[in-house]
Amino acid sequence: MSSFGECPISRFDYDRILLGHGSGGRLTSELIGKLFLPAFGGSPLAALEDAATLDIGMGSRLAFTTDAFVVRPIFFPGGDIGRLAVCGTINDLSVAGAVPRFLSAAFILEEGLALDDLRRIADSMQLACDEAGVELVTGDTKVVDRGKGDQVFITTTGIGLVPQGRSLSIANAKPGDRILVSGTIGDHGVAILSVREGIEFETLLESDVAPLNRLTELLMTECPSIRCMRDPTRGGVAGVLNELAVASRVEVRVTESSLPIRPEVRAACEMLGLDPMYVANEGKLLAVVPGEDADRLLSVARQHPLGRNAALIGSVVSGRLGLVTMQSLVGGERLVPVLAGEQLPRIC
Amino acid sequence: MKFLDEYRDGPAATRIARAIGRIVTRPWTIMEVCGGQTHAIVRYGLDSLLPPEVELVHGPGCPVCVTPLETIDRAHTIANRPEVIFCSFGDMLRVPGSNGDLLRLKSQGCDVRVVYSPLDAVNLAGANPHRMVVFFAIGFETTAPANAMAAWMAKKRGLTNFSMLVSHVLVPPAIAAILEPPDNRVQAFIGPGHVCTVMGSGEYQSLAEKYRVPIVIAGFEPLDLLESILGAVEQLEVGRAEVENRYARAVREDGNPRSRQLIADVFEVCDRKWRGVGTIPRSGYRLRDEYRDHDTEHLFAVRDIETRESAVCISGDILRGLKKPHQCPAFGKQCTPHTPLGATMVSSEGACAAYHQYGKLEPLGIAAKVDPA
Repeated sequence: MSSFGECPISRFDYDRILLGHGSGGRLTSELIGKLFLPAFGGSPLAALEDAATLDIGMGSRLAFTTDAFVVRPIFFPGGDIGRLAVCGTINDLSVAGAVPRFLSAAFILEEGLALDDLRRIADSMQLACDEAGVELVTGDTKVVDRGKGDQVFITTTGIGLVPQGRSLSIANAKPGDRILVSGTIGDHGVAILSVREGIEFETLLESDVAPLNRLTELLMTECPSIRCMRDPTRGGVAGVLNELAVASRVEVRVTESSLPIRPEVRAACEMLGLDPMYVANEGKLLAVVPGEDADRLLSVARQHPLGRNAALIGSVVSGRLGLVTMQSLVGGERLVPVLAGEQLPRIC
Repeated sequence: MKFLDEYRDGPAATRIARAIGRIVTRPWTIMEVCGGQTHAIVRYGLDSLLPPEVELVHGPGCPVCVTPLETIDRAHTIANRPEVIFCSFGDMLRVPGSNGDLLRLKSQGCDVRVVYSPLDAVNLAGANPHRMVVFFAIGFETTAPANAMAAWMAKKRGLTNFSMLVSHVLVPPAIAAILEPPDNRVQAFIGPGHVCTVMGSGEYQSLAEKYRVPIVIAGFEPLDLLESILGAVEQLEVGRAEVENRYARAVREDGNPRSRQLIADVFEVCDRKWRGVGTIPRSGYRLRDEYRDHDTEHLFAVRDIETRESAVCISGDILRGLKKPHQCPAFGKQCTPHTPLGATMVSSEGACAAYHQYGKLEPLGIAAKVDPA
């Protein structure tokens, strides 16, 4: 028997990029922690928030973020890659407590892409900007050989202003806080999967992709005690709650029966063996709020069209630091860990 | 959701758990055979609802986990060929072979694809006549009809570029192999509901009689499982050893005759090696001679493969119910779902992965009940 000193793991450590490195799970954090952070350092980066908040003097603060978008198919029920690229960056700024103002967009186009498709994407981006009251002010275009890209990749960068006195951080959660989700979970990921895999339901499954800045502004104004917000995209709700538990050194307890999930999404997840807690959202936010303000936050959120199905899904306790636990539907208890890589559909 | 929510009802679960607590008088060890049941037990924290006398151990019913290393290495060698499109169910992708997994091969440029149905792989062969499509046909009796159908379709369509690497396994011989050795701890079985949907409950009768062991066939929802545990404890307490069908909404005594016929037309029973357990006589399916043109092992001559198993991994003992995942010194340390040493840590149906994912690293709710004993 080999001794525990000689680590047998190394032969399973990957020396190339896998798809899982982009899943938002443990492989992604490892890539950031072991490769990017050592290379770039920098304290705003090391905070690993969705947007960096930068002091630019005279009491003003900017929120600054960037995001790259690759999605297949580029047009999907409820949205397209353009709307996704605009909303994704707006949402990263919004959950940092900022008021998004300006966007840039860089396009990597594959030779042969239909101009009509690109026009549709551009129109959809402008529409999303109008919806959010944000201006797209600069951009860039590159074209790659056919076969060297997947139709179109878009990178957007955004700048927002952080109003005085706002300081949201994933490290702020305290025992006694409650956790709000602004609506049904898993809609985007399942919508994409259903078109990709050709799964059909009686009702059309639509992505939830939407700009959240008006909702976040409403919530911050009505409930300034909010400790932090996040948009649970890749890695899903489970991913964000785990970041929260680790960064704030708390236990996060979720009640399974309180999770808002559309019946079609539940059905699709049952069929494919996926857990909606790990499925991506593109128009939802999680907010952590002191317990005494939770009910008020819930009723404020529900008044907004994007928060109609908001729910309080769990609470912050001191218990087992850094862990997310769940009370299951039948009352049993279990962990909700970070996924290693992508969710793999089960065999049967 | 209809037919699901009724079986996930919290108060009903508490009632059944209490009923088990009322009738149990001494310790019993019960094994659920099927990996899907292991996953559900741990996902819903059912073991945390049971009285301390009832110990659940987890059986060899995860097809990904028991697929022998040689077969996985053979699959990797074949997937490495430029002409091959290698198709597999999703959870096979991260199973470690001697030199990494299918995900790594994919990142190196091999054409590895996840399919949801073997028929997708058949269609892929139709659409890519100049490539060789290989489907990794693993599974218990549950997946056998669909896999048999794939071979049948490919033969009917004359798709000479479609083949299957078959590593099918069967439940009843595995149950016998667990009960045979003198160090066996298992006193009752939760029977595999989906397998019985295909094969019927009839073939478990002789096992219950020969080994004097209760076998309670169960579904996969929390109440299904708790009901069947109640049934097993009832039998154990009064000394009965019978086959009891508590999944009557899906399982008939003769199963699904048309599926069984299809299986019999395409496959024949053979000896099969189980990873971590060894060879069990007449415990698997292979393609019949009429289908040898669609048999990957016949089409691709792969040289002898030298395998390297992890020396610390105890997945064999876990699959036989002799040990539990957290009793392994590597569990949660060298071996995690991210860095699996054995297959039981990879598939969500594997006992180690289920324990790791759902919090048996340090037993949560059950710690207080277990420790005083």
